[in-house]
Amino acid sequence: MTQVNRLDGGLIDRNTPLSFSFDGRQLTGYAGDTLASALVANGIRLVGRSFKYHRPRGIISAGSEEPNGLVELRSGARREPNSRVTMTELFDGLDARSQNRWPSLGFDLMSVNDRLSSFLGAGFYYKTFMWPKKFWELVYEPIIRRAAGLGALSGEDDPDVYDRGYRHCDLLIIGAGPAGLMAALTAGRAGAEVILVDEDFRAGGRLTLETHDVGGMAGCDWADSAIAELSTMDNVRIMPRSTAIGVFDHGIYSVVERVADHLAVPQPGKPRQILWRVYAKRALLCAGATERLIAFDNNDRPGIMQAGAVRGFVNRYAAAPAERIAIFTNNDDGHRTAVDLAAAGIDVTAIIDSRDEAPASDVAEVLRGSVVSNSSGRLGLGHVTVRMAGGGHRHLDCGALAVSGGWNPNVHLTCHHRGRPVWQDDIAAFVPGDGGPAGLAVAGAARGIFSTAGALADGQAQAIAQLAEIGITAAASKMPEAESDDINITPMWHVGGTKRAWLDQQNDVTVKDIRQAHQENFRSVEHLKRYTTLGMAGDQGRTSNVLGLSIMAELTGKTIQETGTTIYRPPYTPTPIGVFAGRSTGADFRPTRLPPSHHWAVEQGAVFVEAGAWLRAQWYPREGETKWRQSVDREVLATRQSVGVCDVSTLGKIDIQGRGAAEFVNFVYSNGFATLPVGKTRYGLMLREDGMVMDDGTTARLGEDHFLMTTTTANAGGVYRHLEFVRQCLRPDLDVQLISATDSWAQFAVAGPNSRAVLQQLVDPQHDISNEAFPFMACGNITVCGGLPARLFRISFSGELAYEIAVPARYGDAMIRALMTAGEPYDITPYGTEALGVMRIEKGHVTGNELNGTITARNLGMEKMVSKKKDSIGAILSGREALVAEDGLCLVGLQALNGTDVTAGSHLFAVGTPVDAKHDQGYVTSAAYSPHLEASIGLGFITNGAARHGEIVRAMNPLQGRSAELKIVSPHFIDPEGDRLRA
Amino acid sequence: MIIPHPLLGPRDSQEFVYLGDASLINRPDWQAGDAADSFYEYQYLRDNPAGTHRELWYHEMGDRSWLIVTRNTVTHEIISAELANRQTAAAKTKSSRAGGRK
Amino acid sequence: MRYSGFRILKEGLTGNKGWRPAWRDPNPKPAYDFIVIGGGGHGLATAYYLASQFGQSSVAVLEKGWIGGGNVGRNTTIIRSNYLLDGNEPFYEFSLKLWEGLEQDTNYNSMVSQRGVFNLYHSDGQRDAYRRRGNAMMLHGADAELLDAEQLRAECPFLNFDNARFPIMGALVQRRGGTVRHDAVAWGYARGADALGVDIIQNCEVTGFRIQNGRCTGVETNRGFIAGRKIGSAVAGSSSRVMQAAGLRLPIESHVLQAFVSEGLKPIIPGVITYGGGHFYISQSDKGGLVFGGDIDGYNSYAQRGNLQVVEDVCEGGMSMMPLIGRARMVRMWGGIMDMSMDGSPIIDRTPIDGLYFNGGWCYGGFKATPASGWCFAHLLATDTPHETATAYRMDRFRTGHMIDEKGSGAQPNLH
Repeated sequence: MTQVNRLDGGLIDRNTPLSFSFDGRQLTGYAGDTLASALVANGIRLVGRSFKYHRPRGIISAGSEEPNGLVELRSGARREPNSRVTMTELFDGLDARSQNRWPSLGFDLMSVNDRLSSFLGAGFYYKTFMWPKKFWELVYEPIIRRAAGLGALSGEDDPDVYDRGYRHCDLLIIGAGPAGLMAALTAGRAGAEVILVDEDFRAGGRLTLETHDVGGMAGCDWADSAIAELSTMDNVRIMPRSTAIGVFDHGIYSVVERVADHLAVPQPGKPRQILWRVYAKRALLCAGATERLIAFDNNDRPGIMQAGAVRGFVNRYAAAPAERIAIFTNNDDGHRTAVDLAAAGIDVTAIIDSRDEAPASDVAEVLRGSVVSNSSGRLGLGHVTVRMAGGGHRHLDCGALAVSGGWNPNVHLTCHHRGRPVWQDDIAAFVPGDGGPAGLAVAGAARGIFSTAGALADGQAQAIAQLAEIGITAAASKMPEAESDDINITPMWHVGGTKRAWLDQQNDVTVKDIRQAHQENFRSVEHLKRYTTLGMAGDQGRTSNVLGLSIMAELTGKTIQETGTTIYRPPYTPTPIGVFAGRSTGADFRPTRLPPSHHWAVEQGAVFVEAGAWLRAQWYPREGETKWRQSVDREVLATRQSVGVCDVSTLGKIDIQGRGAAEFVNFVYSNGFATLPVGKTRYGLMLREDGMVMDDGTTARLGEDHFLMTTTTANAGGVYRHLEFVRQCLRPDLDVQLISATDSWAQFAVAGPNSRAVLQQLVDPQHDISNEAFPFMACGNITVCGGLPARLFRISFSGELAYEIAVPARYGDAMIRALMTAGEPYDITPYGTEALGVMRIEKGHVTGNELNGTITARNLGMEKMVSKKKDSIGAILSGREALVAEDGLCLVGLQALNGTDVTAGSHLFAVGTPVDAKHDQGYVTSAAYSPHLEASIGLGFITNGAARHGEIVRAMNPLQGRSAELKIVSPHFIDPEGDRLRA
Repeated sequence: MIIPHPLLGPRDSQEFVYLGDASLINRPDWQAGDAADSFYEYQYLRDNPAGTHRELWYHEMGDRSWLIVTRNTVTHEIISAELANRQTAAAKTKSSRAGGRK
Repeated sequence: MRYSGFRILKEGLTGNKGWRPAWRDPNPKPAYDFIVIGGGGHGLATAYYLASQFGQSSVAVLEKGWIGGGNVGRNTTIIRSNYLLDGNEPFYEFSLKLWEGLEQDTNYNSMVSQRGVFNLYHSDGQRDAYRRRGNAMMLHGADAELLDAEQLRAECPFLNFDNARFPIMGALVQRRGGTVRHDAVAWGYARGADALGVDIIQNCEVTGFRIQNGRCTGVETNRGFIAGRKIGSAVAGSSSRVMQAAGLRLPIESHVLQAFVSEGLKPIIPGVITYGGGHFYISQSDKGGLVFGGDIDGYNSYAQRGNLQVVEDVCEGGMSMMPLIGRARMVRMWGGIMDMSMDGSPIIDRTPIDGLYFNGGWCYGGFKATPASGWCFAHLLATDTPHETATAYRMDRFRTGHMIDEKGSGAQPNLH
């Protein structure tokens, strides 16, 4: 098929023909076409089906407001449902399919809904589908769901990448129409940093769609010349294919640049789209206006379009929507369409002008005081019925009807901070009101100045005013000559009739629905919207809301201003979810932190686990080990019997120095630290101010005024923040400074009876680390391997004789290798987080499993560690009545009996009590198989647990249909006296 | 949002972590007879105004300073931002002169 | 007027001229036995149950704007009872049971859809915590299932099992959880309450309380003084503002929570899915839109709109969990104001002022609570005793230490 409706002229490149397909039909267009204009040029009017009634739908606009021309674009994993044909640039090989129809666009079985429309009016679904009760989910809802939705996702992962960028400017100009271009020229010439964004791929806005001259040349040529001048300015950045979708606080604008949507696939290494965050000192909205339709019976037939879009297709794309076109208008702008169509050789059937005082036309008959009252035609417009001023009717043959109901300024962005627009009677439209985002001004048609000359002048004036506010002086220049016609509108919203007249064509909201909503008292705009779905389509009501409001205003006898609008929300146009995520997806969702021994661990064939942001070795399988337990059991036993080593660099390390350091540490820990001797380490319990345990760890006193605190891996950031809060906000009286040293030191736990023997080979000989010289809980600065500064702590998480040795992080890899070499005679065994977990459970040390934010020191059996003799965070509120109850939860050890297993997350019950919430006595927090005890063990909290050692309880896990018999024991399964630690 | 850091100039709020009402710097006296009540009110009750709010922001991705930001909770307009430690130090000096804190 | 398929048929055949207002717009009377402040979901449900369960006929709901315009009109429609703690679980399970019978009770199809709620877990620790929670749910009589990765993959093959930063290891599932058409909940309760004689008074803003000798005797409004024997506030989001007029400070901060919806798409997501590796949850509406959200913005706000970094954070979570949504287009983002309480749990209690009752602190979980909140608040108002499932929601629990802290985040509202 050839391009039957292609005219001469236009801004298309006839030397670059492009082939594309629509619903499998092979068609051609030209570079410079949108998919919409190419479909128009090929004589295709029917492009989709509506949401509810499956009515035939055609393109009504030439811009981003398009509610009907939605297709599935591309195929495979790149399939994009609901793509607006008006915003899709044609490219060679483009593949598009219509949506929401079966079996075909021309013959859609679901259009039976249209015949049943009397029963499917506003909110019908709230009144039925309730009987029988079970049928809603079994029958009705699945049917509704299948029918609902428009396009379908591919179901495959999006293969493209998206990016983010950040830009700053003095003046962000949104829209490159006459107002925006004039503003950009004014600001650019003044030397301001300017960013000019435009959603189109060709600058000029309406100038690209019109025929009138600017500055003595064609409007589009003037736009090109403006762009040419702006392109020479280093201080001006022009961003085509870029839509400002939202205004956020303090001059932050989000702009989505469609980098590759006009290509079949993005270029290698390039993103599909970029989300720019633009920090603008001032912004100017020059987003133009959107033409309204007029409601009349059956006004939704393909071929009925905005008048401005009709002439836009003809002027810019040389594509005629039909051979014979009628015009229906309530203002002078409709007449302009007639002139342009006639100039292109199109038969203008008549100008139906609702105004009695309509002007004459040189190109077509004007039917004054007349209205279009109905339309007919199968799958597209064939005739319109005109109700004449005198009362008679005329039938006109036409393949398209160009409708102009007036223009709505695109105030959208001015309302993103919940400002409301105000009604302006002379143009019968909402214009931006007060209360818009600070720093955002509006120029041109976006604030109701519709003439080209007016827009140019306003663009310049607003740019000068905005720049003046930030201290930049811009000069006024001579305005190019341009038309300055008024549109002379006499509002006409709705032609009375007996059939359905559409307001929201995508969602199938008609005038009858508004009436019914009114009848049922859904009269506020928010109720109207929610009850009828008016304005909830992809255009957020840009083509429908004002019409609907005007009809509700008529029904309630209020003005449109009183009726008000719903709230405009970002994004301005539908925006892919992917672009908001940028590159932070999949494995790159969050950064991954690697401990210093990571590369060495990889060499060992370790299995890794995500521990918060860290990737840690979980265990180190050896040849022949097929199950994880084999590896973990071996690592535990080897450590307890000889020596093991584990990278514990992930623990938070906070360096605390200053004359007030001791008092500071004493304040943030509930137990006393003021008297900790230099060279000693102490276990510290840190509470939140509400008395719950925040964190625990060991803190070493390296000098009189120098402490080194360790935190759990998970809380490293939070504890540091808390300490800074205490330092800066609660205790500025103390002379103390903090620095996070987590990343500065590689730290290894060396544990087991042979740990000292291993370390003695590495620690330089002048440092005596014998039990006498360096007893349990000792710490100190030492050197290793012939002079490398290091820190040694005699602390133990495993319960064995153990040390933690720290070296500067860059020596971490060397240190683990040195430890492995030194440990060879003792068959030193690296162990991962699993073995670490097993050993800490065996020893009864708590971690995040226990410290879940609802646990007090008392629950841990550590109430004595909350000193009453000093001021410390959390001490006061931990004395509240519920937190000191006698029968509170208490940490216990749990040992499985009769071959059962301890399962974390089980709930604990006394034997013989019913298994229900009322008799629930506690829960299991941690579980492990102890190769040392050859038993399944765990930790948990149970009421009054300290007094119940020896009792058998039941651990219930109904979620998995399991239960176990457990014996309550001391949480210290091994070496309760601590002899090994002190060996 | 953009927070005007008193030392570092305008910074995106994304660099900060929010805590809450700036009254959290006014920790009660632990030795006072009504300490249980005053700590409860300090920790749990909030004015929560619709309008001007003094609040604590921590520059976690920056210089690690705690700021007291005065911001309108209805419009999000920021009126001022100050270093918290200057504020608290001044307050502490005043109260110790008045014989408050130990 | 009873709604039914037959009624639709009859009206459709006679030009749909017989539909009557879903609720009246009465002028306020000088006095009521019960005044409920707030025509949101909770306030309307309270009025409905006061009338239907406690036989009260002198009830007014005062709404400063239009009913259903607050959080019941701007949430992500999820219902569930998958709570851990004793103070919460019975209440939310009671609520879920009320949801299950709501349409028949109110004769209004609010489209309760028990499509299942899937909470993904990504580590052994998360799995253990979910096991504890699932067991707690079952011990309270609710339903729960723990799926491993393979079981989850069978139901949700589109999840990112193969290239995730935090591996998807399985999910805690509540099959009875799901979604509800949120606006219809407000309208259904309003219509039901109106039919039982409740006066729903829109555009009536409470500006003050008349308190004499420690007793609240009525409210000042922009439409004059209205006397009430018992007055209940159910204005979550604005609780502090309203109760300030009665001289009360609350353990509540107001925060903004954003939510998002995509264009209509053919069905692709089975139920509600929450991501355990970031802040993201999603479901698909009957109309086909993907409805999703994440974390609160995190600063005190009454602005009903949020900022870009949270939009990005939410979409990052979504794209990490299910990269197939990358090419779905978001059409709308919006914000609502949450009463963020100091332990993440609500308050339904008397106040220190006689005759004045408080319902609030719902954080971002108020929608699912709507039926039970209404019922329990009505119970409290009518009988002066808490309903058996809401005994823990005391106003003084922070003073005594009986916090109900599901997440264990402590007294920092933006962490709940």
